Amino acid sequence: MRITCPHCGERDRREFYYRGAAVDLDRPAPDAGEAAWDDFVYLRDNPAGPTRELWLHEGGCGAWVVVTRDTSSHEMLGSQLASEVST
Amino acid sequence: MRVAGKGLIDRTETVPFVFDGVGYEGFRGDTLASALLANGIRLMGRSFKYHRPRGVLTAGSEEPNALVTVGTGARQDPNVRATMQEIYPGLDARSQNRWPSLSFDLMGVNDLAAPFLGAGFYYKTFMWPKSFWEKVYEPVIRRAAGLGALSGEDNADKCESAYAFCDLLVIGAGPAGLMAALVAARAGADVILADENARMGGRLLAETYEVDGKPGHAWVDEVLTELRSMENVRLMARTTVAGAYDQGTYAALERVLHHTDHRPHGAPLETYWRIVAKRSVLAAGALERPVAFRDNDRPGIMIAGAVRAYLNRWGVSPGRNVTIFGNTNDIHRTARDLLDAGVHVAAVIDSRHDAPLSDDYEVIRGAQVSGSAGRKGLESITVRRASGEQSIQTDCLAMTGGWNPSVHLTCHMNARPAWQRDIEAFVPTPGAVPGMAAAGACNGAFSTAACLREGIAAAEACLTDLDLKALKTTAPLAEDAPYQISPLWAVPGKGRAWLDFQNDVTVKDVKQAATENFRSVEHMKRYTTQGMATDQGKNSNVAALAILADATGRGIPETGTTTFRPPYSPMAIAALGAGAEGAGFKPERFTTSHKATAARKAPVIEAGLWYRPSYIPREGETTWRQSCDREVNMVRQVVGVVDVSTLGKIDIQGADAGAFLDFVYTNMFSTLKVGRARYGLMLREDGFVMDDGTTARLDETHYLMTTTTAGAGDVMKHLEFVHQGLRQDLDVSFTSVTEQWAQFAVAGPKSRELLNGVLDTPIDDESWPFMACGSVSVLGVQGRLFRISFSGEHAYEIAVPARYGASLFDILAERAEALGGGLYGMEALNVLRIEKGFITHAEIHGRTTAYDIGMGRMVSQKKDCIGKTMSQRPGLEEPGRERLVGLKPIGESRELLAGAHLYKEEAEPVRVNNQGYLTSVCYSPTLGTMLGLGFLADGPERYGEVVKMVDHLRGVTTLCEVVNPVFFDPEGGRVRG
Repeated sequence: MRITCPHCGERDRREFYYRGAAVDLDRPAPDAGEAAWDDFVYLRDNPAGPTRELWLHEGGCGAWVVVTRDTSSHEMLGSQLASEVST
Repeated sequence: MRVAGKGLIDRTETVPFVFDGVGYEGFRGDTLASALLANGIRLMGRSFKYHRPRGVLTAGSEEPNALVTVGTGARQDPNVRATMQEIYPGLDARSQNRWPSLSFDLMGVNDLAAPFLGAGFYYKTFMWPKSFWEKVYEPVIRRAAGLGALSGEDNADKCESAYAFCDLLVIGAGPAGLMAALVAARAGADVILADENARMGGRLLAETYEVDGKPGHAWVDEVLTELRSMENVRLMARTTVAGAYDQGTYAALERVLHHTDHRPHGAPLETYWRIVAKRSVLAAGALERPVAFRDNDRPGIMIAGAVRAYLNRWGVSPGRNVTIFGNTNDIHRTARDLLDAGVHVAAVIDSRHDAPLSDDYEVIRGAQVSGSAGRKGLESITVRRASGEQSIQTDCLAMTGGWNPSVHLTCHMNARPAWQRDIEAFVPTPGAVPGMAAAGACNGAFSTAACLREGIAAAEACLTDLDLKALKTTAPLAEDAPYQISPLWAVPGKGRAWLDFQNDVTVKDVKQAATENFRSVEHMKRYTTQGMATDQGKNSNVAALAILADATGRGIPETGTTTFRPPYSPMAIAALGAGAEGAGFKPERFTTSHKATAARKAPVIEAGLWYRPSYIPREGETTWRQSCDREVNMVRQVVGVVDVSTLGKIDIQGADAGAFLDFVYTNMFSTLKVGRARYGLMLREDGFVMDDGTTARLDETHYLMTTTTAGAGDVMKHLEFVHQGLRQDLDVSFTSVTEQWAQFAVAGPKSRELLNGVLDTPIDDESWPFMACGSVSVLGVQGRLFRISFSGEHAYEIAVPARYGASLFDILAERAEALGGGLYGMEALNVLRIEKGFITHAEIHGRTTAYDIGMGRMVSQKKDCIGKTMSQRPGLEEPGRERLVGLKPIGESRELLAGAHLYKEEAEPVRVNNQGYLTSVCYSPTLGTMLGLGFLADGPERYGEVVKMVDHLRGVTTLCEVVNPVFFDPEGGRVRG
């Protein structure tokens, strides 16, 4: 599998560290309530199809990248720097 | 039998080799199979289950029978296909799965028991008694049935892994592949052409076709010469492209040195390639399939295309009196090639009623071969036609049931092939692998001209995708004969008609699977073992599923295929794991002081990838405890030195560094004064403790964070994530400097005295109070000094750039010893911290909160931080939670064991009564007793209570008093000097 880093271009997935769903970027306000926090910390979708996930270009530039990937075909649909994702 | 004037071998160079202990000669260019056939050897192996004598069936990597072991000792290589093994002087090959010898195999009795050993036999017979399976049945079956064996020794040869990149990867160098590579290369594309054979050319080397008015092999040589002259082309012979993966990644195995016993210094035996290609052309060709009839596995019965390959490429006729059987026009080509070479053709049996006749040889039309005879090789066949059966003397039968396109790679990304009626075979589904186009025989185009045309077309389509312009290329002139086939899978009749030669699966086995309702092709495969082992059904799968389709009353397309998975052909684990053996699997990290402690014979302890000294023994000490106790006393009473460089060090800079730290730590760091350090606790977002350590403020906008040794990598990733993902608004950046600084703890009442001997400006309590930090000059070297303590003693950590680490350590060690102190290791460090109740990852193990470890008040109420909201969930602070306590043995047993559980004194030690557990224990020479840290329900409210520690595994029960986890110097007077 190859992942596109917005800084470095397409690279082998071995250069990346996987974190999980990009939901991690949507941190609720401290007073958002139990349901919002439960959702943020514990609940994840398991889609057969496009999914947004976080990869760290650990063996490269060190950027956290939001990768959109189709879990059923492994097609890479897009990459964006986590720092530039507006949530 | 060698045939004069035929073949592409070099007859000027004879090559001696050994098979089953007997010396033979072949020519340069021979494979083991062709050389054995030339020497009249037909028997090359014994079958897997019934130990039936078997000869070579094919001439390629799909060979199911002629598997041999090459080499001895550590270089023993089992299950090598004789059809792929090139001979070289010194080659030592042995047959497999026979005892005592290939021609007299005692296990051949299995064949007599065959009526009882059919499909599902193991499952039905060895059911009872259940306990016999592992100890009795399985070992016996494994001994009787099998392939070659590994040596059991470490690899003597190394393998390598490598990456390659190209615009176009062409898989297979037959007519389609060569043409595709040529068109793409001439257009300027970066091309890799890979072929599993030693010599490129594919079927053009095995047939007598002309291309462009010259012999096929001559045309191949011309194309290869042109390709070799181009800088944008890389030719990879002996390289099997074994798998197709996401985003144009292909796995390939290059057999670098299997064709020689010469091992140039440093060269690998095999190289595992990851090839990344923008586009690829699959030109993998097709494999010819056998026909199932009674006793069709006798040595001498071969695939017709293989007979032509041995004749035309290697100048060997597998027989003197050959018969031919099949259902396509190919069989007539086989007859003509043999006659041209002067080999007698006894008869051609063509199952088609409308087959062409010949003046040169006898054609028996609308007939079938229904049996064979011969002891250890073919002597005669039985031919059945409407009028009756006849026997024909023959020593070689060339058979064909048609050709199967090699669609394997197109299915590696989950696509299924499509059935094409007119060729009675599966072909690739277009777009099955993104970026890959199939061309030639693997795409169902069987004539040479069609292969050449498809090669050009596929390359041109790829060039368009690559924005390159193809030069006008017309296909060279070549044969374009139509492929006419009528289905011929199995000849009906009694006896065993073999489908899968490798696994001894017969037509009857497949039918039996259907009868017993294993109707799904995947179930049939597992019930009969059809299509398993090294050839993965390359010769037999399509025929087996045609028979299954017939037995279940379905069509072949509805029946479907089993799943094609990588690798295309067998691959050694050593190649897949190249570079990841030993230290390559687990790199070793050493501190700058490693040599100094190793010279003192200190045993090492692994901490992640780091190696740290366990203790540093002195003369006369015979147990680790003696050394450890001495080192603890030394630190408490004098001074000790230990390398703490393995702790993670993260340099944090930026205008908002303080604000950022406030967000990742539970406590405040923006208020920390420059020149001071503070202990910090870090939570995960779920509210549990992630890591801890001291962070020093070196300047207004400059902090240095310390993490635990184990947590260094995770904390670094965490900081980057929090910054890039959650707090882009903050001006801050991070650099790991763990390896850039060598850092040593100097601990004990005489620590300052020791340090003042190496610091260019001496320090005192006023200039360097507890938790002070800053720059210092160490014997002229710019370093850093932190007055922090993990031992509870008056202590410092001194850091210098790593290149000075070894020399500073030596100086500190020498001076410590002069003061009556010395070095200490991890064991003493652990005792010192347990005596003080300091936590490590034994306590912050992922399931404990700040509240649990007695640091609930460190979660600042003045600000938000990672993990704060979730740490305030009611359940995480409720009564009954297991919280950190100290434990001291008070009863008869004085033994404490980490991992043991805690119960009320009077309670039965069973799961429901569990009250907690021990995480860290040590013998404290300072207090003269064992000490334990652990978690106990409502622990801090139960000081003075007696609880029972039970270790069920080791059978130890100890009564303990619950105490404050700070066993020693609870007021903390010593640390302030």
